[in-house]
Amino acid sequence: MTSTAASDKPVGVIGAGNFGTVIANILAINRKVILYARNEQMVADMHANRESKGYALHRNVEPTHNMAVLASQCDVIFPMVPSAHFRAMMKQLSQHLHPYHILIHGTKGFDITLPEGQTIESISKLTREHVKTMSEVIQEESVVVRVGCLAGPNLAKELAQRQPGATVVASHFNEVKQLGKKLLRNDRFQVYENDDIVGVEIAGVLKNIIAIASGALSGLGYGENAKGLLISRGAVEMVYLGRALGGDLKAFLGVAGIGDLVTTCNSPMSRNFTVGYRLAKGEKLANILADMSEIAEGINTVRIAKKCADHYKVRALITDRLYKVLFEGMTVEEALEFLMRYPLNVDIDFL
Amino acid sequence: MASWAGYNSKMEILDEKKNKNKKYKPILDGIPDWPVYQLSKNRKEFVEEVAQKSFERIKQLRPNAKQLISDLEATAYREQNRIKRNRWRVDPKDDSKFWSNIKNALVELGSKTTEEISASADSILEQIVMRYANEIAGNFKPNSYRVTRELIKFWFQRLLNGARVKKFGAFFRNQYTLRDKIQIVGKVKMLRKLAKEGTVVMVPTHFSNLDSILIGWVIHSCGLPAFIYGAGLNLFNIKILAYFMNSLGAYKVDRRKKNLPYLETLKMYSNLAIQKGAHSLFFPGGTRSRSGLIEKQLKLGLLSTAIEAQRNLYLENPAGPVRKIFIVPVTLNYNFVLEAPDLIEDYLHAKGQDKYFPEQDKYGSMQLIRFLFKFFTKGSNISVSIGTGLDVLGNYIDEAGNSIDNQGRIIDTKDYFISNDHVTTDKQREDEYTRMLSLRIVKEYHRINRVFASHLAAFVAFEMWQKKFPMLDLFSLLRIPEEDLELDYVEFKETFKRARKKIYELKAAGNVRHATHLKGNPDEVIKLGVENVGIFHLKRPLLFNKKGNIITRDLTVLYYYHNRLVGYDLDCCI
Repeated sequence: MTSTAASDKPVGVIGAGNFGTVIANILAINRKVILYARNEQMVADMHANRESKGYALHRNVEPTHNMAVLASQCDVIFPMVPSAHFRAMMKQLSQHLHPYHILIHGTKGFDITLPEGQTIESISKLTREHVKTMSEVIQEESVVVRVGCLAGPNLAKELAQRQPGATVVASHFNEVKQLGKKLLRNDRFQVYENDDIVGVEIAGVLKNIIAIASGALSGLGYGENAKGLLISRGAVEMVYLGRALGGDLKAFLGVAGIGDLVTTCNSPMSRNFTVGYRLAKGEKLANILADMSEIAEGINTVRIAKKCADHYKVRALITDRLYKVLFEGMTVEEALEFLMRYPLNVDIDFL
Repeated sequence: MASWAGYNSKMEILDEKKNKNKKYKPILDGIPDWPVYQLSKNRKEFVEEVAQKSFERIKQLRPNAKQLISDLEATAYREQNRIKRNRWRVDPKDDSKFWSNIKNALVELGSKTTEEISASADSILEQIVMRYANEIAGNFKPNSYRVTRELIKFWFQRLLNGARVKKFGAFFRNQYTLRDKIQIVGKVKMLRKLAKEGTVVMVPTHFSNLDSILIGWVIHSCGLPAFIYGAGLNLFNIKILAYFMNSLGAYKVDRRKKNLPYLETLKMYSNLAIQKGAHSLFFPGGTRSRSGLIEKQLKLGLLSTAIEAQRNLYLENPAGPVRKIFIVPVTLNYNFVLEAPDLIEDYLHAKGQDKYFPEQDKYGSMQLIRFLFKFFTKGSNISVSIGTGLDVLGNYIDEAGNSIDNQGRIIDTKDYFISNDHVTTDKQREDEYTRMLSLRIVKEYHRINRVFASHLAAFVAFEMWQKKFPMLDLFSLLRIPEEDLELDYVEFKETFKRARKKIYELKAAGNVRHATHLKGNPDEVIKLGVENVGIFHLKRPLLFNKKGNIITRDLTVLYYYHNRLVGYDLDCCI
């Protein structure tokens, strides 16, 4: 494995969004990087201006529009595209992949595959057959088995400013974890390892639910006590849901769990937080969505988590109330009142 | 044919497409060409190589003398304990002497200098692995193989013909052969091809002690050379079985020995034999399925040797073509499992702890002979379902031996072992690959499992009873007196038809196979199923009563047969 460090093959990054660009820049400190963007014009602009999404590109970053070239030059590839496009991207990429490739993705979200004509609401039960994590999508769509994921409190903006931060590289393979560490780590960026890739992925998705709730509390004008209550109970709920979906407890207590949760619940700029905030101010979901350029991931997550919780018989009170607020006309105050009166007072019962 | 058709009309339905059961020519002409023969001819050299490589492996795992000695001490302690508590007839005569010598040598280490200690610990380890390698090694003898094969064929044939063709002198006719009794379905042609192109590792499900003999016959009947086979040492206690095993290329797996040197030697034996091109067979479930469920969790130890062997072949031969290793899953499908009552008692006992009190009711050896006789004379056929070949990562193989991905692209198995352009050895990676392969094999088991009418009847009946008592847990349900259980035939039939429809759907999606007799008039199929499930048990799991309704004499055994179809989501049709 030591030979890997000596290799000077470039590393691939797929997706030049905020996070993709920032990760490409971090990787570029140690290696040459090929950065793929779907949009041809965008690639041309990157070449011309040496910047993407407002971030200057490191001189080691080479933008491209050609997936085949990227796959043939890079053994290690970091897919960083939104979950909604992830499967389509993999279908395109997979024809260029071989079993020697290593993929480490940084996408937080679920992939949903439903029988034709069905929606999350109309289907009789939503199970893990329909709900996949990105690492599972990679394995379903390609021959790649050495898969990892990146997750943690990674706000692109702060990473770009070289503020101190950390991430988790999760994989079943030591080889992948070591490689991720070697490629990403620098004096401002700490990298932790975890075996439970699915748990880490799920933690990164479920925290979006709590982020909406956090925005809602803020919108009602409540302070830090309320937030402390939410984060701790939110973490418990994530553990319950996460276990039902195949994650392990440990992933939820680490950097990718609690770490990411605290960050997200404290970032008023995030879309999830904004949705909650405006709901609490009395706006309707349709109005809020009309103002947003991209859908807040958390809204979908609530729909999915609610349906899964019903099927796997998991008690997920916050998710359930949020669902009612988002889709069934309940007010945020009513939801909060319900939660405060709920006769459950065991703090932690899963350890 | 006429005499046979008149004999028993129900047999007609049971009889699968006959033309499929043709005889296959051997793929290799003479026994001297067989890899297993080559191995046994050079037995001494091979055993030495196994011992040498195991020694090196263990030294890698336990690099310093202190760790090694602590393992050796544990080994000696456990071995002496085994000799004291759990002695078997097959154990070597000098067992206790050997181990007390080892123990003394270990004690003497205390009075030596550091360098001496390291050297003597190595020499103790050498003695131990050499002994184990010798214990494990098979002893394939071409002559006794031939004799055994003919013996089995002759007597089975006599039994079959004597019983079925009711004419004077029928005993010496050859109208029926085993092939009429045991159907081999699935990818036989592919299996034969793969055995020529590479090395086959066959991994069957394990329900009965008869499985190993059955599989031996299947391998021969498909025209394949003998496979090496890891057989439980306990089977060698029975002299007649030991004779069969030895002649079929079996090597010995002693489940009492769980110590590091033994396990590593055993794995090395399998690993090297596979590398040398010996087709292998092991039951990856480890032991017989106690519950009657298709194996869900496989033992990873021997399975990992296939992956390791493949990697080593790539490693040693970086440029040239490499002999590929093919994993072939096989399911054995019975209407009747002789040991079912004992197995399920074991299972419930372990599962329920003190919730469940098994009755003592053991079976004698006469039972076995009676079973064999009944099996050959009455209508209870067996089918053996051969799956598509997989590479060591669980990718399907095409007829030419290429690995194929989901999109139908040819991929190179070697790439899985490549890091940074080179084939590398990474134990952790291969552990993970082994886990993935085992999941893949389990999935294939479910796909190639062949549903009989008897399986479906058992499943539907048990589930219906369970549904009638929704408040009872399994153990309380099994304690209901059998006299209180009766299923209305009409209701049973409707449920059976729904479940059968679901089986058809699963089959269309490629997720299960079913016997041709499952199709057709539901009354006849149900009759066939009810009459065949656990056909030779003293207490029948399913029967019709005088009113034509369904009853049981043994709900626990019914539960066992029912388990065969658990995991297909059929319960939603009940």
